[in-house]
Amino acid sequence: MNRRDFIKIGGLGLGGLAMANPIFDWATGAVLTEADLQQTFNKIPTYCEVCFWKCAGWAHLNEKGDIWKLTGNDNDPHCNGRLCPRGTGGVGMYYDDDRLKTPLIRTGERGSQSFREATWDEAFDYIAEKMQKIAEEYGPECMALFSHGSGGKHFGRMLKAFGSPNITAPSYAQCRGPREVAFFATYGEGIGSPERVDIRDTDCLVLIGSHIGENMHNGQVQEMSDAIDKGATIITVDPRFSTAASKSKYWLPIKPSTDMALLLSWIHVIIKEEWYDKKYVDKYAFGFEELKTHVKDFTPEWAYGITTIKPNVIRKTAKEMANASPSVIVHPGRHVTWYGDDTQRLRAVSILNALLGSWGRRGGFYNPEKYKVAKLKLPKYPKPNKSWRDAFPDQYKLAGLALASGICDATIPTDERDCSFKGWIVNGTNLISTLPNPKNTLEAIQNLDLMVVIDTMPMEITGWADVVLPECTYLERYDNLRVSAHREPTIALRAPAIEQKYNTKSAWWMAKELSNKLNLKDYFPFETEEEELDWQLKQIGSSLKEMNKIGVKKFDRKFDDLYPLENLEEYEFNTNTGKIELYSTAMEDEGYDPLPKYTAHDEPPDGFYRLIYGRAPMHTFSRTANNPNLTDLMDENDVWINPKVAKEWGLKNNQEIWLENQDGVISSFPIKVRVTERIRWDSVYMVHGFGHTNKNLSRAHGKGASDAELITKTKIDPIMGGTGMRVNFVTFHTELPTQGGA
Amino acid sequence: MIEELIISGRMNPEIDPHLHAWPWYVPTDLFLAALVAGILIFSAFLTLHGRENEFPAAVKRAPILAPFLLGIALLLLFLDLSHKLYFWQLYTNIRWTSPLSWGAWTYLFLTPLAFIWAAIHIKTAFPNWTWPYKWIDTFIESLKGYRIWFAWAILGLSLTLGMYTGILLSAFNARPIWNSAIIGPLFLTSGLTSATAFILLNCPKGSNEKKLFCTVSLISLGVQTFLMIHLVMGYLSSDLAQVKAADLFLGGEFTTLFWILIVALGTLIPAYLHILYLKNIKIPVIVPSILIILGGFFLRYILVEAGQISHW
Amino acid sequence: MRYAMAIDTKKCVGCSDCVVACQTENNVPIGYCRDWVVEATSGTYPDLSMELRSERCNHCTNAPCVRCCPTEASHIVEGGIVLVDPDQCIGCKACIASCPYDARFVHPEGYVDKCTFCIHKVEKGEDPACVEVCPTKCMYFGDTDDPNSDISKLLKKRKWKTLIPEAGTEPNIYYLI
Ligand SMILES: Nc1nc2c(c(=O)[nH]1)N[C@H]1C(S)=C(S)[C@@H](COP(=O)(O)OP(=O)(O)OC[C@H]3O[C@@H](n4cnc5c(=O)[nH]c(N)nc54)[C@H](O)[C@@H]3O)O[C@H]1N2
Ligand SMILES: Nc1nc2c(c(=O)[nH]1)N[C@H]1C(S)=C(S)[C@@H](COP(=O)(O)OP(=O)(O)OC[C@H]3O[C@@H](n4cnc5c(=O)[nH]c(N)nc54)[C@H](O)[C@@H]3O)O[C@H]1N2
Ligand code: SF4
Ligand code: SF4
Ligand code: SF4
Ligand code: SF4
Ligand code: SF4
Ligand SMILES: [Mo]
Repeated sequence: MNRRDFIKIGGLGLGGLAMANPIFDWATGAVLTEADLQQTFNKIPTYCEVCFWKCAGWAHLNEKGDIWKLTGNDNDPHCNGRLCPRGTGGVGMYYDDDRLKTPLIRTGERGSQSFREATWDEAFDYIAEKMQKIAEEYGPECMALFSHGSGGKHFGRMLKAFGSPNITAPSYAQCRGPREVAFFATYGEGIGSPERVDIRDTDCLVLIGSHIGENMHNGQVQEMSDAIDKGATIITVDPRFSTAASKSKYWLPIKPSTDMALLLSWIHVIIKEEWYDKKYVDKYAFGFEELKTHVKDFTPEWAYGITTIKPNVIRKTAKEMANASPSVIVHPGRHVTWYGDDTQRLRAVSILNALLGSWGRRGGFYNPEKYKVAKLKLPKYPKPNKSWRDAFPDQYKLAGLALASGICDATIPTDERDCSFKGWIVNGTNLISTLPNPKNTLEAIQNLDLMVVIDTMPMEITGWADVVLPECTYLERYDNLRVSAHREPTIALRAPAIEQKYNTKSAWWMAKELSNKLNLKDYFPFETEEEELDWQLKQIGSSLKEMNKIGVKKFDRKFDDLYPLENLEEYEFNTNTGKIELYSTAMEDEGYDPLPKYTAHDEPPDGFYRLIYGRAPMHTFSRTANNPNLTDLMDENDVWINPKVAKEWGLKNNQEIWLENQDGVISSFPIKVRVTERIRWDSVYMVHGFGHTNKNLSRAHGKGASDAELITKTKIDPIMGGTGMRVNFVTFHTELPTQGGA
Repeated sequence: MIEELIISGRMNPEIDPHLHAWPWYVPTDLFLAALVAGILIFSAFLTLHGRENEFPAAVKRAPILAPFLLGIALLLLFLDLSHKLYFWQLYTNIRWTSPLSWGAWTYLFLTPLAFIWAAIHIKTAFPNWTWPYKWIDTFIESLKGYRIWFAWAILGLSLTLGMYTGILLSAFNARPIWNSAIIGPLFLTSGLTSATAFILLNCPKGSNEKKLFCTVSLISLGVQTFLMIHLVMGYLSSDLAQVKAADLFLGGEFTTLFWILIVALGTLIPAYLHILYLKNIKIPVIVPSILIILGGFFLRYILVEAGQISHW
Repeated sequence: MRYAMAIDTKKCVGCSDCVVACQTENNVPIGYCRDWVVEATSGTYPDLSMELRSERCNHCTNAPCVRCCPTEASHIVEGGIVLVDPDQCIGCKACIASCPYDARFVHPEGYVDKCTFCIHKVEKGEDPACVEVCPTKCMYFGDTDDPNSDISKLLKKRKWKTLIPEAGTEPNIYYLI
């Protein structure tokens, strides 16, 4: 191998961030006329890919034809014309000159970061050959797709055609899986995304952990603001004084990991005081008496000892909810994989909502509707012989979707397991910072015969790939229509605002070309994305031309059932009993507790603090950490430490420290201390997504610390396999300790 | 009381973490301008009183350097501009509310006058001086007849310049440290003190002029000290922002600089040396003079720096 | 006419969308900003309160930056908007020193820059970019001279404050508290 073969990812191709020049001339008077010109510039419809709220908006071009700014589409219920800071800063995804620029094929050891530039054809040949070999030797099911983002649909089509059902996203077992399972068990329906919560019309919003305002899921932030305007009561349960807590009438500074006790106690009070919606419960609920007996002893006094929340506060907040009933939302949250008993905790949330009669009611949970878009006419997918489930006999029986962590674990061969995965396609998910315990993820990767990564940036995961395929950003491509369930059904178009920069392509194109090489041509019957979209749109009486002009198309609801239980209408739930199952027969059938129980969780040992984490409003996970516009707002995370703890340790604001967890793992980089009253003394807090180790991220490398790296322990939810990640404890080092540590 | 105040996302160069828009150019410019103003005030004032021959150093020798110092001051002012090519815009407007504007106009008129004033006196300072062209000589000689008129103009403009150096800062009530009416008189006095030190450097050994200027210098130092005490007392008796600001001198970042460079080395020690000199103890005049001049510079340096840091 | 902004601190979540929107709308170079967010927390755990607010040039009625500008580069236009004309600005930075809010900065091209109240949009009857984007709709823009404007009504109805009133600048950005 010669020197030229060592080419660093990201250091390739043409560089140069070509920021647009000022549009208007400042000489007085000229301001207007120049600005008027802007209107004649183009705006192209898109929907945002900086997170998965998928707001529809417009990409505006400047007079030079470069991307100038992004704005929301007024007709879009996800954003109501206003993008969030990450969406507005989405321009930085396009302008980031650290982007991946051309396909790469690994030349050195896996993870050694040595690659050579390749043509697309070479890259596809390489992948197709390896995939076919895996199929021959182990079966096509041994290929898995990890994906978070639009490209997953295209690669998913390819993989299903290839014969594998193992398509997974971290947004299930690391995110909202427990919530979906819990609500399904109770109501026969999940929560979905965007969440079906009627925040704008509510009188009382209860947030348990959900840190809306920092969690910047656009529609919810907007609606929470509407609710504040209307004087709704907000109750926030969080060990940290979150932004939402600062807007709340009641902030319950709970001891972390004890939420179940609070929930059970609220249920106890509401039943005992007979504050529940009797008619609603009588009509719709199953298992009320069992529940009543079950919570008999969970008094506020009992909960006080566990949660540190005073009994009178528990009673008062329960009363607030009851007063607002049914216009009350005990928010199910979204990232809920905390302590391993998460499905049960969310069951308690769903039960509390049922007692308050909020499901199917105005100001509670509405019934979303999705528009049916014509499916492409494709040949039948082959029937797979095995799936990821075979790796976990009798475990996680209620998991509704594939577990990213499960597939990762099943890739590491053991004596009991023969269904090891041999090939991964990883699209738009930085598994190193997304799955807990990166060491485990890397061990799995070392066992692979093929690892393909499709990404836009030289993230950690790309360094471990055999083949890196550079995707263009969402501003440079078409994708599937966004068909979302909301109060009104809508579809939205993403069209390329600008030509593909560097030698990058769309996931659709990659999946199609790769399918050709795999002799699966028929699954991509159209030559171009335009044709595919236009065909699909024409089936519903629209066209690409129309959608290019409007971006978002609204449809009328088929049924007038936004609040189907508003007036105690007849209703059959999709559960075994046809009722709201306070007592879950499905859980019981599978051998899980039919009613949620409180279990105590481990507490931090002396000198250690619970590591809790969350979001900063201007960043999305690890994906925006190098975005020039967004790093301008926040370029590193810090570790929040209560002043009492800081004093004990002699720590000062902005001092750099290293964190070490209970397993002796030390953060790769130091992190700055933020001494703040906003965090409890038994915990520390940091924003997820920083501490990047890939040197090709010129802005993000070495900035802050990675929470994922310190999450080496997880508590797996026995019901659906979620990875509880808030069970790790850290201590501080003011100097980098020699590895192995205390 | 606010426990924690975080300004997020703002990292404008020279503004954050605290204002530093004006580097050393500005205090140096202010210092030189005040020094020149002081020199020219003494020279013009004594001329108008017809005491030119009693005070040859103050009236004739010291002003020779004035135009060059003024030139340096102007250059520094120019160097500090971040949009230099547009500097001529200074002279398309007269803005009475802007000290910088009338400061700039003062420079514009005073600089040629200072050159003329130096030219008129150059032959006294350097008896061997000859002009390269005869006509210059004739021209300068002819100007001598208007000396009194020049002196009036120079006196007026120098006073303006001296005041400008103080008012430039005290006009900004955005910065608690600058927000004091004492800064104007203080800077003017300090300019005069520095000028006495400068003149002392030009006085012949043991001359009467030297003795007299030593006395003037001493008085001027006294007034200056009085004003400085008032400045600090003023901060302390004012609102919270100024009390906090005064902390910069009384225990904060600038304490050592202020007390050692300005109070001790720049004021008390030279005053003591002056007293010794007046008591006929031999002191090389260069020592108190340089100390005073440095003290004058640091006074402005510290006030400009601390002023930028101080905020509401 | 008196343009002004009112920002509801009860709704602002400190997300900085107003900052990015300003940056892209006005091509504010990376590393600079015309607006920013302040987070002020007081109390001790768990008795805490926090105010979040978006700040920018206050377009002061009694603007020291305009008074101290030697060239008239800093000037006030119809509606009370304080602007800087880059072609007249010499970059003396007097205005920067004179602003109690640190609202101005030197643009990399040398002239002084700051919030323009998005005059290019306002002249077309639109809201400034930051107001338009704010996801919590906590920012209001309008004419306080017109008693029927939304902002006037809001200021009548709600309690408000301005920043550093002691500085005597008579700011035109109001914080609803
Ligand atoms: N800006 C931004 N917004 C985002 C995202 C992003 O990356 N950036 N990601 C989106 C996605 S995919 C998701 S899933 C959501 C996640 O957002 P949420 O669903 O709101 O996530 P949580 O894990 O509930 O939020 C973290 C909060 O939980 C608190 N917490 C920690 N431990 C405990 C505990 O034991 N009990 C209680 N009651 N609270 C606790 C923390 O202090 C913190 O305030 O955010 C979405 N929105
Ligand atoms: N420790 C810890 N782990 C967590 C969480 C946490 O809070 N803490 N949160 C969990 C939650 S709630 C979720 S939903 C998941 C999220 O997990 P991920 O979605 O995996 O999060 P990111 O780290 O943002 O990784 C996204 C990757 O997609 C790439 N990318 C961005 N845009 C595109 C594109 O257009 N095309 C392609 N091909 N790639 C693109 C980015 O460069 C980046 O490498 O993480 C979970 N894991
Ligand atoms: S919430 Fe923000 S980042 Fe997410 S899709 Fe909408 S605009 Fe984009
Ligand atoms: S965009 Fe709105 S909510 Fe966000 S920081 Fe600015 S003013 Fe506050
Ligand atoms: S805020 Fe500052 S820049 Fe804006 S008008 Fe007031 S003083 Fe001038
Ligand atoms: S920097 Fe420019 S705008 Fe500011 S005072 Fe000087 S000339 Fe005026
Ligand atoms: S009004 Fe315009 S220029 Fe001023 S901060 Fe808002 S977006 Fe920026
Ligand atoms: Mo998530």
